[in-house]
Amino acid sequence: MATKDDHAGSHEGHHVGFWRKYWFSTDHKVIGIQYGITALFFLLFGFILMLLMRWQLASPGVEIPLLGALTPEMYNQFGAMHGTIMVFMGIVPLAVGAFGNYVVPLQIGAIDMAFPRLNMASYHFFFWGGIVMLASFFVPQGAAKAGWTSYPPLADIETMGQTMWLWGMVLLITSSLLGAINFLTTIIQLRTEGMTFFRMPFFVWTQFVTAFLLLLAFPPLEAAGFLQLADRLLGTSFFLPSGLVTAEGPLEVSGGGSPLLWQHLFWFLAHPEVYVLILPAMGIVAEIVANNTRKPLWGYRLMVYSLIFLGFMSFIVWAHHMFITGMGTAISAFFQVTTMIISIPSVVILSALFITLWGGSIRFSTPMLFALGFLPMFGIGGLTGLPLGLAPTDIPLHDTYYVIGHFHYVVAPGTILALFAGIYYWFPKMTGRTLNDTLGKVHFWGTIISMNGIFFPMLIQGLAGVSRRLFDGGLAYSFSEPVLEYNMVMSVSAAALFLFQFPFIINFFMSMKGGKKVEKANHWDATTLEWSATPIMPVPHGNFETVPRVYRDPYEYNVPGSDQPYLSQDLAPPPATRAEALEKVEA
Amino acid sequence: MELLIPYEVTPRRDTGVNNAKLGIWLFLASEVMLFGGLFAAYIFLRMGADAWPGMETFDTHEMATRADQVLSVPLATLNTVILIASSVTMVLSWASLKMDNFKGFRLHMGLTILLALGFLVVKAFEYGSKFSHHVGPDTNIFLGIYFVLTGLHALHVTGGIIVNAYFWGPGTRMWLSGNERDKAHFTNRIEIAGLYWHFVDLVWIFLFPMIYLV
Amino acid sequence: MAEAMTVSDVKKHVRVYLIVFGSLLLLTLVTVAVSYFDMPLGPALAVALVIAMVKGSLVALYFMHLKGEKRVIMWVLAFAAAFLIGMFVLFIASLLDQEMVAVLLRVT
Ligand code: HEM
Ligand SMILES: [Cu+2]
Repeated sequence: MATKDDHAGSHEGHHVGFWRKYWFSTDHKVIGIQYGITALFFLLFGFILMLLMRWQLASPGVEIPLLGALTPEMYNQFGAMHGTIMVFMGIVPLAVGAFGNYVVPLQIGAIDMAFPRLNMASYHFFFWGGIVMLASFFVPQGAAKAGWTSYPPLADIETMGQTMWLWGMVLLITSSLLGAINFLTTIIQLRTEGMTFFRMPFFVWTQFVTAFLLLLAFPPLEAAGFLQLADRLLGTSFFLPSGLVTAEGPLEVSGGGSPLLWQHLFWFLAHPEVYVLILPAMGIVAEIVANNTRKPLWGYRLMVYSLIFLGFMSFIVWAHHMFITGMGTAISAFFQVTTMIISIPSVVILSALFITLWGGSIRFSTPMLFALGFLPMFGIGGLTGLPLGLAPTDIPLHDTYYVIGHFHYVVAPGTILALFAGIYYWFPKMTGRTLNDTLGKVHFWGTIISMNGIFFPMLIQGLAGVSRRLFDGGLAYSFSEPVLEYNMVMSVSAAALFLFQFPFIINFFMSMKGGKKVEKANHWDATTLEWSATPIMPVPHGNFETVPRVYRDPYEYNVPGSDQPYLSQDLAPPPATRAEALEKVEA
Repeated sequence: MELLIPYEVTPRRDTGVNNAKLGIWLFLASEVMLFGGLFAAYIFLRMGADAWPGMETFDTHEMATRADQVLSVPLATLNTVILIASSVTMVLSWASLKMDNFKGFRLHMGLTILLALGFLVVKAFEYGSKFSHHVGPDTNIFLGIYFVLTGLHALHVTGGIIVNAYFWGPGTRMWLSGNERDKAHFTNRIEIAGLYWHFVDLVWIFLFPMIYLV
Repeated sequence: MAEAMTVSDVKKHVRVYLIVFGSLLLLTLVTVAVSYFDMPLGPALAVALVIAMVKGSLVALYFMHLKGEKRVIMWVLAFAAAFLIGMFVLFIASLLDQEMVAVLLRVT
């Protein structure tokens, strides 16, 4: 591989030091793994926070060993940080930072990302953003308490943890923006010869659209973050209306601001953000479904068009989170209509994946199990969302556990299952060894069953009217009595979910060193470049011995008329048809 | 080992641009949304306000009816001219490189940096005169948005100064190496820095009338 | 385009830059002068915005070489512009709609 002389430091060569190799690496694969490990750690941490909260919800006031009883302040901190950590420090870095970084350049035949040092910087911004967030637990009066949405006026006047939250978010947003610029440039500029847009694997497409969403939706939240910082540090009142009175009496601020302004700016990001959480998951599932049904994806182009349409629409639906703010009926009608429209492309993609299963000779490998689990779970998540998109049904359901149940179906048994699927699928590529199948299957069944045990009762509780963010889980309200016993069911399920992660954790670390070595580089008999064009494992810096050239569509499994079970994208056609194929590329 | 990423200097055939060019435009697109978010906030707050600017003038102590009764339009006009001039010197510094005129580059880039510093000095006087009247961002919504918008813009100016100073000083190594590829690379970098700098100018072109004039 | 420019091309460009510079200065003077007429908010805003847009376009088209720029870059900016306008329109619409609700409540 060609090296460049002008940037390379003098002592660089074949003996790259530990720090340079693993911490300040510019190799997209190393950075991907950094992202992955950090994000998995944060996910576990966010989950443990929630375990403590579930303890409190199941048995209010009973002491937790070592920690004592949860106070309402702690409960609020844990809740706000659970949401923040899971969304911004867990799922997004894992789905985009880890899988995107590791897989996208390999799948498009690029030797690295377009801006390797920027890539390193975005990991470090993410890391320090995470550290600031965690550090906020230790400042006076603890971490942010105003929820992951940081709604003012509360967020403006709450304790110092709120300021830390904002600084943390600024770092995390910067990280995402740098990442998005890098992904877009890489996908547009570094596709190898023959890799036209419509030959890109669906996973790359999802990362492409996701990067656009991050690029254009995050800055308004950053703007809002600056305004909230100004409110907290400079004494402005952008989000504080006149005449605000708190428990300590009238608030001494100039007033005249609008809490609704924050909600608009926040949801302008946060709705596209839910697609950031789900699209890469769909991409992973699509790869695995095609590979394990041994069929091309049904309606690949239709899926891509749906994806692009979905990306567009996701910018004009945000106020469906604000139906109860007393918005006018005309504007509410607008957002209801756009919300109903945006559900269509999601249904198209999901249906296309289901149709792909039809008539396939499915291999029930561990990644495929997780991918198959994703399909119905995301389906439930999506369907329970429809009533929330219509004002008449949203108004009673808003801020109840129904909402919590709905979006957790999307992100937990949905996205998280897909991310696990991705880990089982690409682990052999990353390490040259496979994860243990039996442990994987225990992990799968344990996870999907206990997740349903947690989240399905939430839907029921919510329909009964139990509010979210309640310290006592609804104990104080008589109407929640009939559904109160579910609190125990959910908490026990959450504990079970925790236990069922151990097979995975053990599997992960044991297999890294002692897992079965893969017999061939293309472990899953896949057609995409990351498997077919990288014979050495783990893949070295620079990725390819010779940069591959692409001749085919991404999923040519069992092509009629071919005697091969599958045709890799870089498999050159026989010389007779090669001229034809070349012409196709030029055109 | 550093890899030689394709299209770092030369454009890719089908897109017609090199990586950095696309990268900076993507960055600017996100900046459009950043300032766009702030402008949206400005509109939202202003439409919801009972009065604008909603404060007394400093001399007569009557309710001001126009922003220019509490802000200094002459200073802001001066700053507009300074920033526009710096944009011109910036693009001329790039044009000098294109004509292989390194001295011209140094001169114009130096002027750009000086003008930018001048902008900040004027800004400091402007802020100073507000503080001397004991008003600041916490006085009311109008001054709040004024300080935040112009402050964030001034931060962008500062960032531009740092980048440009680097290219004026140590960054020129790349050009002075004399190697044609490196010279082309350096010229690209100046174009990229220029795109950022013109964007900063562009933001001001909208900030100026929106905050000071109407 | 910028890649394959000759010295005489650049010289022509420089002339254009200076003309644009002059126009920008002139427009700045105009917009400031107009603001002293004390027009009502509506027209004042319209004039200020139109002038700002002309100035902005001059900077973007000539200094930033958007004139004749490649398609990818136009696409990127088109997306940003679309979402930006969507944001402005919906922000304003939601406020106006709310004000109408407030008016109705006051009436009834
Ligand atoms: C897998 C295990 C998880 C469990 C047991 C769990 C449980 C919960 C519960 C019970 C609440 C409601 C707290 C309350 O209302 O007081 C909650 C809130 C929330 N969860 Fe999770 N969750 C899990 C995973 C996730 C994931 C993967 C995400 C990622 C996107 C997530 C994002 C959120 C958010 C955003 C909130 C709202 C926080 C707030 O109100 O500020 N959770 N979770
Ligand atoms: Cu939404």
